[in-house]
Amino acid sequence: MFPAPIERQGRGAQISYRVAIWVVLFLWLLPLLAVMVTSIRSLTDITQGNYWGWPTDFNMIENYAEVFTRTPMGKYLINSILITLPTAVGAVALATMAGFALAYYRFRFDVAVIPVLAVVLLSVPLQGASGFVIVLVAVAVACGLWWLLSRVKVSATIVLFAMFIAGNFIPFQILMIPVRNLTIATGLYDTVFALIIFHIAFQTGFCTLFMRNFIKGLPYELIEAARMEGANEFELFWYVVMPLMRPALAALSVLIFTFIWNDYFWALVLVQSDNAQPITAGIQALRGQWIGSWNLISAGSIVAALPPVAMFFIMQRHFIAGLTLGGVKG
Amino acid sequence: MADIQKQDALQGVATAGDGAAVLQTPNAATFFNRHQMRIAPIVFITPAMILFSIYVIYPIVNSIWISFHDWDGIVEPYFIGLGNYEELIVWDEAFLTAIWNNVQWLVFFMLAPVIGLALALFLNQTVFGIRLIKSLFFFPFVISQVVVGLVFSWFYDPSFGLLNVALQAIGLDAISPLSNERYVTFAIIAAGLWPQSAYCMILYLTGLNNINPEQIEAGRIDGARSWTMLWNIILPQLRPATFLAIVVTVIGALRSFDLVAIMTNGGPYGSSTVLAFKMVREALFNNRVGYGAAVAVMLFLIMSVYITYFLTRMLRAER
Repeated sequence: MFPAPIERQGRGAQISYRVAIWVVLFLWLLPLLAVMVTSIRSLTDITQGNYWGWPTDFNMIENYAEVFTRTPMGKYLINSILITLPTAVGAVALATMAGFALAYYRFRFDVAVIPVLAVVLLSVPLQGASGFVIVLVAVAVACGLWWLLSRVKVSATIVLFAMFIAGNFIPFQILMIPVRNLTIATGLYDTVFALIIFHIAFQTGFCTLFMRNFIKGLPYELIEAARMEGANEFELFWYVVMPLMRPALAALSVLIFTFIWNDYFWALVLVQSDNAQPITAGIQALRGQWIGSWNLISAGSIVAALPPVAMFFIMQRHFIAGLTLGGVKG
Repeated sequence: MADIQKQDALQGVATAGDGAAVLQTPNAATFFNRHQMRIAPIVFITPAMILFSIYVIYPIVNSIWISFHDWDGIVEPYFIGLGNYEELIVWDEAFLTAIWNNVQWLVFFMLAPVIGLALALFLNQTVFGIRLIKSLFFFPFVISQVVVGLVFSWFYDPSFGLLNVALQAIGLDAISPLSNERYVTFAIIAAGLWPQSAYCMILYLTGLNNINPEQIEAGRIDGARSWTMLWNIILPQLRPATFLAIVVTVIGALRSFDLVAIMTNGGPYGSSTVLAFKMVREALFNNRVGYGAAVAVMLFLIMSVYITYFLTRMLRAER
């Protein structure tokens, strides 16, 4: 173990270490503690500038009750849950299948038909004449890439996989305008479905990377044995691979839950009313109404922060396993 | 018969033709059995591929196309070729500010792996309650950037913020970091470093856990001092963790939108804008959709240099 275990040192060092970690922890979380304390202060304290002294009143129940009764905070909270849970389930399901396919099969470059077809089918109705140009460009690029890749000794499986990985790192901004237009055109704008579908699509990149690496690590002999027994490919996936995936499923779901719960950008771009806004965007909206009422803003922030924190605490082991498993193999 | 069928399924595409000749009675089930090595992968990949194509591939192509137009998002777009890019690079001073701020983000955000490593080394002990302490240290990463932004706007508040309470306690003048053009970007970066360091800390803690203990003992017996040991034995073994920490930190720096939007809205006088924020401002609030798309394409180009590097590294490990 590095650094050297503290037990090997003298009593003095041990005691000072134990004190030091709590002091550092206190300083590290000080901004957060300050918010927690403020969330139970009364407005009198706030207006008198008593931010750091002992609270004159403990208004915890009043403040939190006010947050839920006088503002749509409850609605935001429900929206966040309605967005986050289906996204986690959907992204993990799609990615498990895609990850399985990428880990065990060899693709040929003709799979490029799928994305090209999707782009073509979307562009023409949405963009009219200019959509046709996009189609031509997309097909030309696809053909060029296809030709290039068939020359180089790269397998189509690797290219597909690379596509999902690259999707992870793309800046959201390059997707923003078309995704927004697409959402408006399909009538999903300002509904939770807009966010759910987009998040599933985008998170599939990261999840597929994660799942493919995990499945690649499973013993291949198991698969071969099942094939010998006469299982078809779908039975193989469902009865052989899925039961082994539990830790990965748990880890990934927790991670995605946290990522999506904390999303602010897409909530800003794809929804706007109280009926669909998740809590991150909601709190920023309330901030405008509550100028100066820092006790209420703080209480709202705590409410927004609590679910992912609770999730992290309950599923800690899976969460950390997920964070490191996703990429360290690279 | 059944055995031949299974054999075919096993060997897949290569012998599918021969199988058909042997089995004189092709029906739906045998068709599937014969071709399942071709069908199954397509079935498994298609849902993910279609969604990914619609929401990731198509938008990239479409954004590049839009960036060649003058468009307010409502009337017919007008093709202006590279006009938007010319305006960006030649005329728009705010674009230069945004690029410069992004560079600052990239440089100073690299403190996150350093702080993360320091924290990980500090916490890598087995005293009572250490698990709880580690998870409490990890907190800032779990909470939303919106909340982090709120917490820090408050921390920096000139009249009652903790920063100024502390400064005044040691006899310094109060400052207002978020309304000062010189400090504003650093103030936001500092807020971003808080969760990012927590993330890097976890990566390093896991890395430290996987270090070969024999090498450490060997180093100790050879009398290596702590610093030489850290540099020569520990850090080389932590390379995967460092790589990952740098990867996520670069992405974090280039994606910095939330904190800027929450804490300053790009101000004062646009001095804290970054590319990601400028893009949204142009496209959503100034109704210059084509111009915003051009900013997004620039950000995408910068990022793709980095994506290419990461991909080649990752795929080299695959071979």
